[in-house]
Amino acid sequence: MSAETLTAQQYIQHHLTNLTLGLHPEHGLSFAHNAEEAAAMGFWALHVDSLLWSFGLGYLAYRFMLGVANKATVGVPSGAQNFFEWIVDFVNENVRGSFSAKNDLVAPLALTVFVWVFMMNLMDLLPVDLIPYGFAQLMSLLGADPHHVYMRVVPTTDPNITFGMSIAVFLLVLYYSFKIKGVSGFAAELSLQPFGKLGMPANLVLEGISLFSKPLSLSLRLFGNMYAGEMIFILIALMYGHSLLLDISGATLQLAWAIFHILIITLQAFIFMVLTIVYLDMAHQHH
Amino acid sequence: MNINLTLFVQMIAFGVFVAFCMKYVWPPIMKALEERTAKIAEGLAAAERGKQEQELGEQRAVEVMKEAKSSAQDVVAQAQKRYNEILDEAKRDAQAEAERIRHAAQAEIEQEANRAREELRERMAHLAIAAAEKILQREVDATAHKDIVESFAQQI
Repeated sequence: MSAETLTAQQYIQHHLTNLTLGLHPEHGLSFAHNAEEAAAMGFWALHVDSLLWSFGLGYLAYRFMLGVANKATVGVPSGAQNFFEWIVDFVNENVRGSFSAKNDLVAPLALTVFVWVFMMNLMDLLPVDLIPYGFAQLMSLLGADPHHVYMRVVPTTDPNITFGMSIAVFLLVLYYSFKIKGVSGFAAELSLQPFGKLGMPANLVLEGISLFSKPLSLSLRLFGNMYAGEMIFILIALMYGHSLLLDISGATLQLAWAIFHILIITLQAFIFMVLTIVYLDMAHQHH
Repeated sequence: MNINLTLFVQMIAFGVFVAFCMKYVWPPIMKALEERTAKIAEGLAAAERGKQEQELGEQRAVEVMKEAKSSAQDVVAQAQKRYNEILDEAKRDAQAEAERIRHAAQAEIEQEANRAREELRERMAHLAIAAAEKILQREVDATAHKDIVESFAQQI
């Protein structure tokens, strides 16, 4: 495909660059034309593609859930309601199993996490060039250079998205830790174990690491899995367009990896949800 | 792979989605699920109750049948008894009637016999007197010897 006009390195680079809107020191408010420009924008920049896909998918899922919830009947459920109830039951069972305190926020939070992350991961199963190529062609009609139009369709391969969610969960963990245990209780939990009063500095270091590793591991696990998965799809896509043998083996590999990936995207959404529940449960526990 | 404002925008969007889900999606669907659970439990309980009631009804039916059978037997026994009573009564009545008729007939016979005897006696007396008159026509006065004749007639 695009590999005809780009080197393999450029092709991969193109696929890993976000559509970035930001304040460039020289060009002002504009879309970045390459990775260097995007980097030069620094903090005040938005990954428009990640955010649009993330909001769009979230909104789609939300509209579906809202539609089902508003029409929910006690009697025999329709197909959509049956499907949604199956998900809700699944989430609810996980919350009941892992979360021992009483908090009405946790179950809807877990549901949102699971559904939204799954939807974002699902974008990984689309052919890697389908939307970026189409988008680049569309933009070239409007006068843009297709080689500098970027589009990443899997929001969970953007660490901004995964960190955004994991930090939000982390803030909830901190909030409930302070609320349930009190400032002194939370401080005691961080400083008085595992070595007792005398080992306070060591305790603080250990507990601090374990505390801050929560959002880090939560988001990096999801990001790493999805990023690696997408990278493999991109590498497989590089095989196309050279010879028939490579095309056939590429198609076979892509199919195999896509089937395997169905498991991964579901598993990652599930893990994100379960860990969210578990972290919040730990925040609710007294010692 | 730059960390930038996207992160905070995503955080806010996440919060908004969670809040909306918590407010508008979760409660109605949970309500529907819980109500259905309650309804199913109710239905199962009702079915159980119905089964029990059916069993009770069957038991009652058996009892009623038993009762009906025994009362029918009672009725038959009573009818038998009454039949015997009526038969006895009729027998007694018939015997009494026969007795009465027999008595009446006997009394009539006796009366007839008495009358006949009286008549015979009177005729005998007349005959005796007539005979005696013939024998003692001249010596005996009928009126003077009347008491003798009468005592004689009485002995017949």
